Amino acid sequence: MTQSQIDPTPKPATTGATLLEVDDLHVEFRQRSGVVNAVNGVSYTLAEGETLAILGESGSGKSVSAQAIMGILDVPPAVVRGSIRFEGRDMLTMSEEDQRQIRGPGISMIFQDALSSLNPVYSVGWQIGEMFRVHQGASRKEAKAKAIELMDRVRIPAAAKRVNDYPHQFSGGMRQRVMIAMAIALDPRILIADEPTTALDVTVQAQVMDLLKDLQRETGMGLILITHDLGVVNEVADSVAVMYAGRIVERGTVDDVFTDAGHPYTEGLMNSVPQVEAKGGRLQPIVGQPPNLAAIPSGCPFHPRCARRRLGAEAAPGRDCATDLPPLRLVAPGREAACHYSEEVLGV
Amino acid sequence: MSEPSAPTGATAASAPVTSPAGASARGPLGETLLEIRGLQKHFPLTQGILFKRTVGHVRAVDGVNMTLRRGETVGLVGESGCGKSTVSKLLVALEKPTGGSILYKGKDVAKMSGRALKQYRREVQIIFQDPYSSLNPRMTVGDIVAEGWSVHADIAPRKDRLKRTQELLDRVGLNPDYVNRYPHQFSGGQRQRIGIARALALQPEIIVCDEPVSALDVSVQAQVVNLLEDLQDDFGLSYLFIAHDLSVVRHISDRVAVMYLGSIVEEGTDEQVYTTPSHPYTQALLSSVPLHEPHLRGQKDRILLQGDVPSPADPPSGCRFRTRCWKAQDICATEAPELVDRGQGHPSACHFAEARAVVPVDVE
Repeated sequence: MTQSQIDPTPKPATTGATLLEVDDLHVEFRQRSGVVNAVNGVSYTLAEGETLAILGESGSGKSVSAQAIMGILDVPPAVVRGSIRFEGRDMLTMSEEDQRQIRGPGISMIFQDALSSLNPVYSVGWQIGEMFRVHQGASRKEAKAKAIELMDRVRIPAAAKRVNDYPHQFSGGMRQRVMIAMAIALDPRILIADEPTTALDVTVQAQVMDLLKDLQRETGMGLILITHDLGVVNEVADSVAVMYAGRIVERGTVDDVFTDAGHPYTEGLMNSVPQVEAKGGRLQPIVGQPPNLAAIPSGCPFHPRCARRRLGAEAAPGRDCATDLPPLRLVAPGREAACHYSEEVLGV
Repeated sequence: MSEPSAPTGATAASAPVTSPAGASARGPLGETLLEIRGLQKHFPLTQGILFKRTVGHVRAVDGVNMTLRRGETVGLVGESGCGKSTVSKLLVALEKPTGGSILYKGKDVAKMSGRALKQYRREVQIIFQDPYSSLNPRMTVGDIVAEGWSVHADIAPRKDRLKRTQELLDRVGLNPDYVNRYPHQFSGGQRQRIGIARALALQPEIIVCDEPVSALDVSVQAQVVNLLEDLQDDFGLSYLFIAHDLSVVRHISDRVAVMYLGSIVEEGTDEQVYTTPSHPYTQALLSSVPLHEPHLRGQKDRILLQGDVPSPADPPSGCRFRTRCWKAQDICATEAPELVDRGQGHPSACHFAEARAVVPVDVE
């Protein structure tokens, strides 16, 4: 049993070199019933040692944008436009073989559901070792030794004994550790974690998030954390991008965004979630449902659910929420929001 | 796709018509409705194909005590595999307990049969976690909501059923014109509302809510939580609210019970359990919940538990938490601690119970 008093974490300054630049990324799925616009112009950068949280609900495009970066979307039906530059090289225009060289040592990814992401008929040691056999041409024996080493590193107890076990013999938290071991096997510069703890219990979630932070401190990798959990974002990330209907609607440091939201959607999310610190009064939900991506509302995609919308005569010229799409713009130092009336939301 | 239907205050006006039995006929608030004593459910583990031998038991629920009074919400929290869903199945008589008793209005449910059991099942309803798999895709919403009336025909005369169904849909915030639609035409939050309307149709006293919001998006969760609170006020319902999300449970519950490996380790009002938890497991659980306020970050003691939950087929002797507990002593291995008040003002099943605040108080 350890009890750790985590000191008021000095968030690491993100002065490292830029690793990833995503610029105006669009992803659409062409289906018989129409075009589903999953990602509509997303831009962000990630520096060494930085943790960027991408916060959004289901259907906000947060996972699809990550899958586009990893190059694991099926094209077609998916159509990917824009640019994704990893250390200056555009991944969307390079050959499949070059992309393969980046996946693993450059960028790697862990998924939400570890059980269905692992192959049930191979031992975990074999699956972790595969990284070394395929990318580095290691022998089976070397690969197994390295797999044990990695399992130790992600704190799977009795690694040498468990290396030949199969995924079903592990608990949920341990399986997620196996996934993390595979993802960090080749010391990637960037790790994308897609809802890494959503399927886990809170005590296990805390263990896994601690592990990811420790690994980041050791290797200085950039971490993209995709989640819908406001608490996880607050405790783990440096900066946050809030997504809605395939767009980033707000971006800034976690401290800024969580202290004073600059977009009505972010504000609504914060008000609708109960907190463990206090019982709180009645919850203030966001009315309505998230939009259908095949028919995104005109103007600001959030306007049908927005409590602060201004339509027609109420709106300032060129800033009618129902017809004019608000761009993501600087609204305060280091803060960007895609709302015509963000200053009011911020209360500046 | 159906258009978003916002829950509006206006729908509350139609409440009296669908009011189950009328709150006045139901008895005083605070009266004990359900008393659970030493409840056990052991599932046999078998071996062999032709001649099955029992080689052990999974002790899913092992000695649970709980009381539910009229008009209150009791929250039951615990991690996956702790037996909380089995408790809910036992309560709605989908499973038979292997030990202990459930007393409903003073009568033992295990001894009920025929008409009494039918009445019990009517009065204790359940809302399931997954709004996608708990609704029959081939039935219309109207049929789903009205299905219970084919068994309990006395609640709604046949000619009134369409009207009553529409009133129920309206009451849970759905457009009454949607009676002929199918579940796939609704979003997750709307489907959960259908599940709630179905439970309400039988005018229950108690609704067991088994993870009712955990499959929903954050912004929709709050809508459903508010709806449940409104219905409770209007109809005097009692809820057993089962969830793993500690924040939601604190918000909705009057009293909270914390479950670990088949038994309850701590119980009290939401205030007692969350601000002065006295069982080590509750403390560890609460300290793991990520906080939402940047200025509170790093202000709490993080208690990281080692290892995994032991198998319920082979639980540790004595106290079940001792294998992961930092306070464990010899006595913990030999003697199972009773769930009693050891001077903290609320019961805790730990020999060394000691109140300790782990969640920082937000003084803003």
